[in-house]
Amino acid sequence: MPLLKDGVAVSDDKWVRVDDDADLPEDCHALISMTRWLKDRDALLTRNKPIGVALESSDNPDEIMDDLDRFGLIAVDFPLFKDGRGFSYGRLIRHRGKFEGELRATGGVLVDQLHYLARCGYDAVDGDDRITEAAWAEANSRFSVVYQPTGDGQKTALQRRHGG
Amino acid sequence: MYRYDEFDHTIVKERVTEFTGQVKRRLAGELTEDEFKPLRLMNGLYLQLHAYMLRVAIPYGTLSGTQMRMLAHVARKYDKGYGHFTTRQNIQYNWPKLKDVPDILADLATVEMHAIQTSGNCIRNVTSDQYAGVAAGEIDDPRVWAEILRQWSTFHPEYTFLPRKFKIAVTGHSNDRAAIKMHDVGIIIVEGENGEPAFDIYAGGGQGRTPMVAHLVGEKIAARDLLHFMDAIMRVYNMHGRRDNLYKARIKILVHALGAEEFARQVKEEFAKGGAGDDLKLPDGEIERIRAYFAPPAYETLTDSDADYEKALAEDKAFAQWARTNLADHKVPGYAIVNVSLKPIGGIAGDASDAQMDAVADLAETFSFDEVRVTHEQNLTLPDVKKSDLYEVWKRLDAALLATPNIGLISDMIVCPGLDYCDLANARSISIGQMISERFADLDKEHDIGELKVKISGCINACGHHHVGHIGILGVDKKGVEFYQVTLGGSADENAAVGDIVGPAFTEEQIVGAIETIVETFVANRRDGEIFLDTYRRIGIDPFKETLYAAA
Repeated sequence: MPLLKDGVAVSDDKWVRVDDDADLPEDCHALISMTRWLKDRDALLTRNKPIGVALESSDNPDEIMDDLDRFGLIAVDFPLFKDGRGFSYGRLIRHRGKFEGELRATGGVLVDQLHYLARCGYDAVDGDDRITEAAWAEANSRFSVVYQPTGDGQKTALQRRHGG
Repeated sequence: MYRYDEFDHTIVKERVTEFTGQVKRRLAGELTEDEFKPLRLMNGLYLQLHAYMLRVAIPYGTLSGTQMRMLAHVARKYDKGYGHFTTRQNIQYNWPKLKDVPDILADLATVEMHAIQTSGNCIRNVTSDQYAGVAAGEIDDPRVWAEILRQWSTFHPEYTFLPRKFKIAVTGHSNDRAAIKMHDVGIIIVEGENGEPAFDIYAGGGQGRTPMVAHLVGEKIAARDLLHFMDAIMRVYNMHGRRDNLYKARIKILVHALGAEEFARQVKEEFAKGGAGDDLKLPDGEIERIRAYFAPPAYETLTDSDADYEKALAEDKAFAQWARTNLADHKVPGYAIVNVSLKPIGGIAGDASDAQMDAVADLAETFSFDEVRVTHEQNLTLPDVKKSDLYEVWKRLDAALLATPNIGLISDMIVCPGLDYCDLANARSISIGQMISERFADLDKEHDIGELKVKISGCINACGHHHVGHIGILGVDKKGVEFYQVTLGGSADENAAVGDIVGPAFTEEQIVGAIETIVETFVANRRDGEIFLDTYRRIGIDPFKETLYAAA
């Protein structure tokens, strides 16, 4: 699966997904489920190696809002492109929680959603073959004006009208 | 009226370019129909029974003469010479060719129009009161707030893939003409602190297979907090609305499942957290900037009565009849609000030909400060006509077959396209509407019956608003045969109510007779001054059941 980070293809993803019932390897960038994080939180807080959490679309990100600075990666799954919960999760994690690590959308996202993902705080996408560098670049240059403030730093039409 | 600035223009133009590319990919076979579907739907392009259907947005139902002329041009050049005005105050074209759609959108963009968010699981075109800004007793002009909501909801990055479609209506008047309690979110402007406008916000209303009246979830929300509060509602819905079942995905199901109180608590909790990221509070300058676009036009100082108008009323019975039903009081002395009926007897509710649209555009430009409104009851309104011009306006409307004197009467029905066009429909609606209209064609009889709102849907999705019709008719399919179920006592106004099912459904042959029986039962039971709904609320459903089913 191709991975894009900041619009650039990444061939060697350093993060390793670790199943809930597998032992956590000592020396790697481990990506675990949010369920496992919540269950083993006390033990995991003592770990010195990078850790990431993967959210299902049915997980509630409010449960990890106090732990965001522990994570190097937060991956949010979009089981279907129609399931737009992840857009809100992105806003909460990145713009309310001020998460500074990698925020990655995984699963069934469409080329035509890349712009919205970026505006909701995602800087990485792990999708199908159509999610290319060119698609990312085009999606994010298509609209030069936006109406909504999201915390992505882009000036809105309203701010530009009022001399911002 | 609101006018686009460079920013609004840019967004619409960039959208046309994007969609043109998507259509090109589809025509070249690079996109399958399955992949193209969500993309075209987000631009109001449906695949219907016989052809594509394009739904064009008319934000809060307000348009200029130039825009109306463009709608006529699209009907003439790209369609079969007519368009269909809808309950969302939009217009639908039933026969466009896919290859022409980019050109249609490019033409529309030249007059600040588009098809953005007229479909899909996003925030749809915001609707409002067709008498906005001109009705006496209005607390504030809802167009100001509808425009602010339009901009905020256009291509919203977070709320474009909601569990289901999302409809917002705004009114600034205690007489609700926008059916706000039957919307996902309905907003009533009320008086706030220091005479500032504030908002009572209702959530969880809707029709479809589970009709519900909305609940008050935010009281006297301050003007500057409108978007912030809406954002809180949308986030709670986007995160917690059901996505496992298409029929349980609207916000009304979430509000019902949680209970209105708990839903409101969650919204207020989200609101208190202060949004996510940048502040959504509206700066003072922005509200005033938008408000300036809706400043009253240059009304003349007139006396309220006009001698020529009074004379015409006295001498021309047909004009007087029209004036009685199709005019409404204007807040400025010497002016009237003119309702243009799109319900000719035996015609198709909401349809207008290119020539009729041009005629209305002419009238708007000459007599109504260049403004037209579309009503959710599928008629048009000229909001600002001088009483001294009414006779001339009527003559021109009459010449264009647009002067049917039936606003609010039994033949002024809401009718969905039904099985004649729609691939969701179970039964025809248009022909039922036509038959009822013809049965009650006697104008004196219609006037005697008085205000009576009949609404017809060809399936349970309720696009024809049958749940809130004083008399509602729902087409159902029973083993390949069309049947019609009747509800009584529904209402979409400030006393919103869902109608009660009267009994077993009627066949196509029986339905018009059944409506007649219902009307006769009302006439036999009414007291002085009562309209159908009053009598129904007083005597209940039993007398109607009895007369309808006594023989059986």
